[in-house]
Amino acid sequence: MAPGQVIFYFLAGLLPLVLVAFLIGRQRALTTAGDIPLHSRPGYYGWYAVVWLAVPALIIAVAAGLLTLTGAVRVPAPMVLAAALVVAAGGLALGVRTIRPGLRARNIVEATVRWLLLAAALVSILTTLGIVVSILFEAVRFFEAVSLWQFLTGTTWSPDTAFLGGAGRGDEGNAAAEFGSVPLFAGTFMITAIAMLVALPVGLLSAIYMSEYASAKVRGATKPALEVLAGIPTVVYGFFAAITVSPWVVAAAEGIGLEASYSNALAPGLVMGIMIIPFVSSLSDDVISAIPNSMREGSFALGATPSETIKQVLVPAALPGVISAFILAISRALGETMIVVMAAGLRPNLTANPLEAMTTVTVRIVDALTGDQEFDSPQTLSAFGLGLVLFLITLALNTVSLVVVRRFHQKYE
Amino acid sequence: MSADGFQTSPRTRRRYRAEKRFKALCIAALGVAGVFMALFFSDMIRKGYTAFAQTKIQAEVTYNERSVEIPLAAVGEDVRHLVSRGWLRQIPNHVEADPSLMGQTVTRWIVADSTVDQYIKGQHTQLDDEQKAVVDRLVENDRAQLGFNWTFFTNGDSKMPEIAGIKSAVVGSLYTLLVTMLVSFPIGVMTAVYLEEFAGDNRVSRAIEVNINNLAAVPSILYGLLGLAVFINFFGVPRSSALAGGLTLALMTLPIIIISTRAALRAVPDSIREGAFGVGASRLQVVAHHVLPLSLPGILTGSIIGLAQAMGETAPLLIVGMMAFIPDAPGGFTDAATVLPAQIFTWASEPERAFAALTAAGILVLLVVLLALNGVAVWLRKRYEKRW
Repeated sequence: MAPGQVIFYFLAGLLPLVLVAFLIGRQRALTTAGDIPLHSRPGYYGWYAVVWLAVPALIIAVAAGLLTLTGAVRVPAPMVLAAALVVAAGGLALGVRTIRPGLRARNIVEATVRWLLLAAALVSILTTLGIVVSILFEAVRFFEAVSLWQFLTGTTWSPDTAFLGGAGRGDEGNAAAEFGSVPLFAGTFMITAIAMLVALPVGLLSAIYMSEYASAKVRGATKPALEVLAGIPTVVYGFFAAITVSPWVVAAAEGIGLEASYSNALAPGLVMGIMIIPFVSSLSDDVISAIPNSMREGSFALGATPSETIKQVLVPAALPGVISAFILAISRALGETMIVVMAAGLRPNLTANPLEAMTTVTVRIVDALTGDQEFDSPQTLSAFGLGLVLFLITLALNTVSLVVVRRFHQKYE
Repeated sequence: MSADGFQTSPRTRRRYRAEKRFKALCIAALGVAGVFMALFFSDMIRKGYTAFAQTKIQAEVTYNERSVEIPLAAVGEDVRHLVSRGWLRQIPNHVEADPSLMGQTVTRWIVADSTVDQYIKGQHTQLDDEQKAVVDRLVENDRAQLGFNWTFFTNGDSKMPEIAGIKSAVVGSLYTLLVTMLVSFPIGVMTAVYLEEFAGDNRVSRAIEVNINNLAAVPSILYGLLGLAVFINFFGVPRSSALAGGLTLALMTLPIIIISTRAALRAVPDSIREGAFGVGASRLQVVAHHVLPLSLPGILTGSIIGLAQAMGETAPLLIVGMMAFIPDAPGGFTDAATVLPAQIFTWASEPERAFAALTAAGILVLLVVLLALNGVAVWLRKRYEKRW
């Protein structure tokens, strides 16, 4: 049986039992009570019976699942199912016998619920652990084949040559695959820089307009309109960048006598910048709006114009928040994938000319994992090496942005 | 002298001009975003609307032994290379579904080949002049006309653009998002309830909190690496399945749901909780009977926004293999499936021109659904949000 089916049958068997257990538990509480007042409301005795039913069954199911996964014991799925349901019924039988009017069913049920909630909260910790461990584990295998130093400082990224050599087409020129990630990171930072050149001024000035100049009505209309930009899927931006903006860039470059590649870095950079505008503007807007009016009024009372107030009072006061928004936006641009996969090139290229084709870290991750290569080949594993560096960079940026806000946050009375 | 009769110094006038310039700059910034949006939407509509119409050709279809063997022989020679080969290939299936067709000749409207379709729509086409003349004659005799492209909604993917549709991708999206919501909604709400209502300010809850903020900022492609390594390679979930994609997206949506649920819970004033405690409710009763029902609109709003984001997400799904060629709608959670954004991505990389229109049409469908979802979220918030 497929794992999905097992889980389905398990739940399908357990849910009716839960209902039965609830009814039995409540009924038992009501009949044994007679004239004695119950400690908890009758429903809690029902849930109490459900706890006795479900907890042993879940323990059996999880244990069997873990054992099967680690390969320690192979138990046939139907047997596990039967065992879990039998144990559940047994637990119910035992549990129901303990029901009497003085039983503190509510306290027991609530303690169980509390544990359940804590377990749910731990899922997010497990997710982080999962990301770190899964990437780290494969990345270590990658760095066994490729030295970390070569990876961080090499300027040639040509993983395909190992493949060519295997096919009998290798010669002295491309004997070994090279994994120098510098051109990939150069491309990533170039596109990020272009994006931020668009997003920072446009986002910040829009935020200033909306919080300082616009009437409530205009603000109510422009803010959701800007949010629409954030709701457009990245694959859509990617298509737009590749099929519409790229030809424009090429045409514009030709117009001023320059030559541009159709997978130039400028088109994805510009479109990514537009995508990030609402991110910068809504965060900046929140910070600027949080500045108390007394500061504006103080500045106006000294005779300053609104723009002087903004430039000399409000922006300096909002600076930590704006910087943190800016850093978060950079981290988002670095990890953006679909726009660059569709509009940027695939060829690693170490250049400072944004009109040339260049590739990024995320493009190479997607390329390495969607090909027909074997999973154990260094080319596939290189995705995890790149992923690890990407994770560390974004983690560092997020931490810095948090620290900036914490350290320099202004507390207004 | 200024207009209202006050004497202003050159310095003041300079400052006022600077003020005007700055305000104009701010408006220009908003204008950049506005111009982009106008360009973007008009471009998508211009590229995509043609795909919602489809050319059909009226022809006599002969069902006999020979045409079942060689479908091209089923139609007359004049239209043989103008109708869709994908449609003709279905002829054996027609006979199988209705054996009484055998030996008969039926007049039918047949989907035209994409080259004919493009010619009728006045786009660049690969038809030669002779074929163009044939098509012109067909149009004159009302044997070829444009109609609404139902095939786009009732067919799955195909290598032939005239019969390619979004059905399998839409079904795949539904399965995937169902998994996503079934996993992330309960876990997300429970986490938020734990953090807001149960956990004290201790090390565990602070760690969870920092962790969630970090997860919200992790690039989505890294969730794809997680899904590949954990769900597919470790737990053995089938590659490209809605289950694998849904679980991956669930982990990605979790922080969004947690953060918005916490905000909704925090918006419920303490007086409600204290009132309930005052009449003897336990903590669980306070949460289940009072706080959760009051914050439900906020929780739903946040979850719908999370759902919309998961719906448009592509990168992690490429990594778990959900960009396969799927002609038939998946029948379950473990079948190979694709989702709408991934379908858009695969069409976008097809070299044929007709696929560009399909891509844009798919994008329009996706954008309409996403705008509708966001609209529902905004409506929910406006309708049910309480100001305390």
